[in-house]
Amino acid sequence: MNNFSYTQATDVQEAIHQGGGPDSAYIAGGTNLLDLMKYNVTEANALIDINHLPGERDIIRNENGGVRLNAFISNGTTAYHSLIEENYPLLTRAILAGASGQIRNMATNGGNLLQRTRCYYFYDINTPCNKREPGTGCSAIGGYTRMMAILGATHEPNDQACIAVFPSDMCVALAVLEAVVNVEGPNGERSIAFSDFHRLPGDTPQFDNNLQKGEIITSIDLPAQGFAQNYSYLKLRDRNSYAFAMVSVATGLELEGDRIKETRIALGGVAHKPWRVQEGEDFLKGKTATPENFAAAAEIIIEGAVGYKDNAFKIDLAKRAIVRNGLMALNPKETQLPGAVPN
Amino acid sequence: MLTENATLLPETKRSFDPKKVTFTVNGKPREINVLPWVSLLDALREYIGLTGTKKGCDHGQCGACTVVCDGKRVLSCLTLAVMKEGSEITTIEGIASDNDELHPLQKAFIEHDAFQCGYCTPGQICSAIGMMQETNPSSRAEVADLLSGNLCRCGANSNILDAVMEVYSMKNEQ
Repeated sequence: MNNFSYTQATDVQEAIHQGGGPDSAYIAGGTNLLDLMKYNVTEANALIDINHLPGERDIIRNENGGVRLNAFISNGTTAYHSLIEENYPLLTRAILAGASGQIRNMATNGGNLLQRTRCYYFYDINTPCNKREPGTGCSAIGGYTRMMAILGATHEPNDQACIAVFPSDMCVALAVLEAVVNVEGPNGERSIAFSDFHRLPGDTPQFDNNLQKGEIITSIDLPAQGFAQNYSYLKLRDRNSYAFAMVSVATGLELEGDRIKETRIALGGVAHKPWRVQEGEDFLKGKTATPENFAAAAEIIIEGAVGYKDNAFKIDLAKRAIVRNGLMALNPKETQLPGAVPN
Repeated sequence: MLTENATLLPETKRSFDPKKVTFTVNGKPREINVLPWVSLLDALREYIGLTGTKKGCDHGQCGACTVVCDGKRVLSCLTLAVMKEGSEITTIEGIASDNDELHPLQKAFIEHDAFQCGYCTPGQICSAIGMMQETNPSSRAEVADLLSGNLCRCGANSNILDAVMEVYSMKNEQ
């Protein structure tokens, strides 16, 4: 880890000014940043601690029936908050499926969105990586690909190839909930729709999201639709707890009788951002919630998937996970019990 | 008790002055001067001399460095000491009551033979204390999930769970 100066910011404008510098970084929970700095993947000469910026560290109701999550409270506090457990249980399940109790107590809501890929080659500074050092190549392609992306990746012969995945669980639920990310930066405040926050690698895999240098996430808004009646988060991984997803699925269903009035389905562990396909969700509207209909929607959602030797299994796994999770969402009281093993 | 590494500064244009940090550790006020990159783990072990908290992976993967900070279990290896000004920290050395009696979890770990080498034990116990303060798990499987951030390479996990479950059910009966 390189040496760095440390400054506690107590004013947003002051923090933005300090954080806009080329060799500075914001620190909140620090669980990902300090890990990356210890591996010399990330270097910063000045850390700006943004935990002491003004603002209530709470979750509050919005006037439109939704809630606003303060960006600086921990993932654990958010998951166990009564407003979230009651109105957005999908978010609770997704958060508790990720990391460990200790990390959830440290990691902040804003930081969860900004965590970086856990691609083995991104972390190993002795190997080429277009995300870490643009233009050097992608070591994952031709390497061990078990955790890599099957959708939306940039493949060779593009010299900026990147098949890394975004690892968050929380963000898969936020994609289904169509959260809005509120940020403040050198050009003032703006609100970013969740689907526009993270990005695909394209020709610039070094950028995980559309946040600009100096911008700070101040809060996250959840609209009123929380799918609290019919929801499910299914995370499939190499061990039952404390591991990143091979494939995860968040599903929210709004039923009318035995028909699906509205549904949203997002996948984690398969792409550079939480993966949603509008056409797949539209297909299910007005249909019954049967395995056959979910399977047909899964074909639409996973269309265009590309696998390598070690991750091609994810294509079938993702399709089946969509079907299984759709059926689990019909009965969350039975399927969404606490604990790691899917029911 | 500064290590050699902690005091070695490379040549640089920036000023990296040690900062004074004041916090409470196991009920005792402590004041230390640390450089910004000193982790809370290193501060506890090498500046304050409390070596009960263990350094396993130093990357947040093993949980051996778990301490309770302001009522929450956290990983001291991924925490900068300078960020904990004013905090109340409890380590394995501070969980027993003053009159030489072990904490119920310490007793249960001995009773259930919940360790072999013992290296993960301080983190396991601090993690279990934090867990019981943050939620009310309803099953052994849920407790196992909530403690999955603490690895035991000796494989004593089933005995660790026995010990934690015994104390947890005692707590619930009260």
